[in-house]
Amino acid sequence: MTQLYNDPIGHWVVVVVAMALLLFVVLTATAYTVWFERVALGRIQRRPGPNRVGPFGLMQLAADGIKLAFKESFVPAKTDKLIFVIAPAIGVAAAFLAWTVIPIGLWYNVQYWIADVNVGILVIFAVSSLNVYAIVLGGYASNNKYSLLGGLRASAQLISYEMALGLSLVPTFMIVGSLRLRDIAEYTVSWGPYHGPIPLILLTPIGFLIYIISATAETNRTPFDLPEAEQELIGGFLTEYSGLKFTMYYLAEYLNVITVSALATLLFFGGWYLWFVPPVFAFLIKVVLMLFLYIWLRATFPRLRYDMLMRLGWKVLLPLAMANVIVTAIILVAVQG
Amino acid sequence: MSDEKQDRTSPPGGLQPPTSPASGEVKDRTSPPGGLRPPTSPASGKVKPNVAGDVGALLKGLRTTLGEAMKPPVTLMYPEDKTPRSERYRGRHYLRRYDNGLERCIGCELCAAACPVGCILVIAAENTEEKRVSPGERYAKTYEINMLRCIFCGYCEDACPVQAIVLGPEYELSDTSREKFIYTKEKLLEPLPPDVEARLNSKEKK
Repeated sequence: MTQLYNDPIGHWVVVVVAMALLLFVVLTATAYTVWFERVALGRIQRRPGPNRVGPFGLMQLAADGIKLAFKESFVPAKTDKLIFVIAPAIGVAAAFLAWTVIPIGLWYNVQYWIADVNVGILVIFAVSSLNVYAIVLGGYASNNKYSLLGGLRASAQLISYEMALGLSLVPTFMIVGSLRLRDIAEYTVSWGPYHGPIPLILLTPIGFLIYIISATAETNRTPFDLPEAEQELIGGFLTEYSGLKFTMYYLAEYLNVITVSALATLLFFGGWYLWFVPPVFAFLIKVVLMLFLYIWLRATFPRLRYDMLMRLGWKVLLPLAMANVIVTAIILVAVQG
Repeated sequence: MSDEKQDRTSPPGGLQPPTSPASGEVKDRTSPPGGLRPPTSPASGKVKPNVAGDVGALLKGLRTTLGEAMKPPVTLMYPEDKTPRSERYRGRHYLRRYDNGLERCIGCELCAAACPVGCILVIAAENTEEKRVSPGERYAKTYEINMLRCIFCGYCEDACPVQAIVLGPEYELSDTSREKFIYTKEKLLEPLPPDVEARLNSKEKK
């Protein structure tokens, strides 16, 4: 495997096959994330969730996908047609791009990822920021006041929370001393008799807290879903979208949720290490638990008002993240000398 | 006239703010009604944060939702499981027969007269020796109910002197065309569910 990987042509073969595989796996994962969310939300609200199509409703997403695919691809009058069509594609492309650098596991010396970039986390930040273009452009192109407001809210929200998100991870980088996702996941400590990988949440619990809140805001999930607020903005940037273009936004949203869950797994929960569990499965279990946390938050908290959102972002999370960085730096210097 | 009108638009009492000169209520209406913001003391005007209380409230909410998830769903799997109907539930109509197969309906049209929406059409005809449909003098040659009009009040059942028309327990009456909602005599003469039929018979014997 390593030989094939180092061969110039074999390298490309491996990468292209891996990309095709990843596309399939991530798309399937997205579909079942939606299923999982609907079932979990249903159980929390004391109803069964989708349970008609296939066993346990597992084919529900296939049915929904077919329905959406056969819907009329409607473009309202006086829209900016080009941008209207391109915007959802940007969202999906950005969401997929993040997965190029996310390592899923190392099993029998096979690396389950496409690119082992030494600044992997920066790549993810870069492409996940593109997501806001999809929302802003979609809202702008729709020629609809609600869409425009949704887009504006999205831009302000993402600017506010991206800083806290970035800063929340800085202590992790300082402790590990690397931006490579693999290094962070494989971070090991020697504490007395114990020598092995530890989940970094033990070292930066506040970082994890800030990460979870900011990531929820980044992915426009429910306590922070102001850009698509159904009640006051009638779906926000999604108002004019239907059919496959709507599906793309939907796909991008859930892909982003999986991405931030996978990232949290890698950065705070030791990636693919979990006692005796095989690496890829351990990763999967942790991601599913993170996804449940997101769904749980969605089921519990009502949407914030806009000024509350801004206040939380700028006045609470950002100073807290900065203080976290400084305190971690001081402790690190004190410990390592 | 104008006085009367004003009286009718304003609610009888309490809904309008009191117009006493000392009321300071008007000022408060600009700020959201209690609970959205922590109470502000009028002296400093500063918001006093209560971090521990707020985080505790969030955790309490999370615990509540997780607790609900542990309980079994309350959903009824509808087409398979149905809520029990009352014995006297008024669903679709049936025309009954006697045990010897004769129709009960004697074409008296009392049901049509009682019907508040006029959805019943009865055209009676004379019974003859060769063709005896009901034990009485006449029978219903045509008996139609427009189920789109019917309000399921059960007056027809009350009006019927021979207990010919009854309202059964079925309530799933959707169909694909308006014409199919005109229930004709053939459809109405379909046998009742056996348990309902037995109950009606036992009631009659008493």
